[in-house]
Amino acid sequence: MSGPDLTVLVQRALQEGLPLVARPYAALAHQLGSSEEQVVAAIEELQARDLVKRFGIILKHRELGYRANAMVVWDIPDQQVDAVGATLGEEPCVTLSYRRPRRPPGWNYNLFCMIHGTSRDRVLVQLAALVQRHRLSFPHQVLFSNRCYKQRGAQYV
Amino acid sequence: MNTLSRQDCALLNAVQRDFPLDSRPFATIAGRLGMTEEAVLARLQQLEAGGAISRFGAVFRNGVAGASTLAAMAVPGERLDEVAAQVNGVPGVNHNYLREHDYNLWFVVTAADPQELALRLQAIRDATGLELLDLPMEQAYHIDLGFPL
Repeated sequence: MSGPDLTVLVQRALQEGLPLVARPYAALAHQLGSSEEQVVAAIEELQARDLVKRFGIILKHRELGYRANAMVVWDIPDQQVDAVGATLGEEPCVTLSYRRPRRPPGWNYNLFCMIHGTSRDRVLVQLAALVQRHRLSFPHQVLFSNRCYKQRGAQYV
Repeated sequence: MNTLSRQDCALLNAVQRDFPLDSRPFATIAGRLGMTEEAVLARLQQLEAGGAISRFGAVFRNGVAGASTLAAMAVPGERLDEVAAQVNGVPGVNHNYLREHDYNLWFVVTAADPQELALRLQAIRDATGLELLDLPMEQAYHIDLGFPL
């Protein structure tokens, strides 16, 4: 009889995006036939369940002039990858630092980090500084992106 | 083009995380920055219209709120636009980028659970006739605080 519960509907709305209006939670409540208090409570519940990594305005780097976006992939010995990943993750210019599985023989990189910058040269300078400062003498490759076919939020529900 | 003033940077740094849950959250943010609610909303709406804002919402945690992976494909140059469109046609695909490498198409695939994710990856293989690297996140070393400007 009933559809998905309010928390799921609110999560879906947060994936799609709320309107930029003075009372966004009231606007969403109106759309869902709920109340502002219930919508806020549902967001708080999602946060309390630790499902939300970040709540706010999500930007498009490219449109803001950060046109160079480099994914740097590293082949780090397994016993060192956690330490190096954490070190890179603390750097302000690094926006992501993840460990992923190797897929030999064609793909032997196990650490991925993302560096955004206003130009390709600036990104390479930042990377060179990281390599030198942390003595990162590991094989790595820089994959610049030159085109975005799609950027949107993940849709889990 | 969205040229950012110092005030824009302060505003965008203030709205990317820990967004207030007050009834009038933009008024709360405006108060912190010494701006008016109207000015904050007007500038954000302008940036949104200019394409600088992806959305006002939440980034959910991988794995907890569903299953996801990063996938890569080596696509022949002459098929790039066609394959990118085929990949984008599969539900749950986001962040689809062309990158300079033999593995030149990189995208994230999300689903409600691992079974559905496996079906979506297979749908991509079937639609494109190409193999893909399936590179799920094993460990995150960085907390997403947004993008400092």
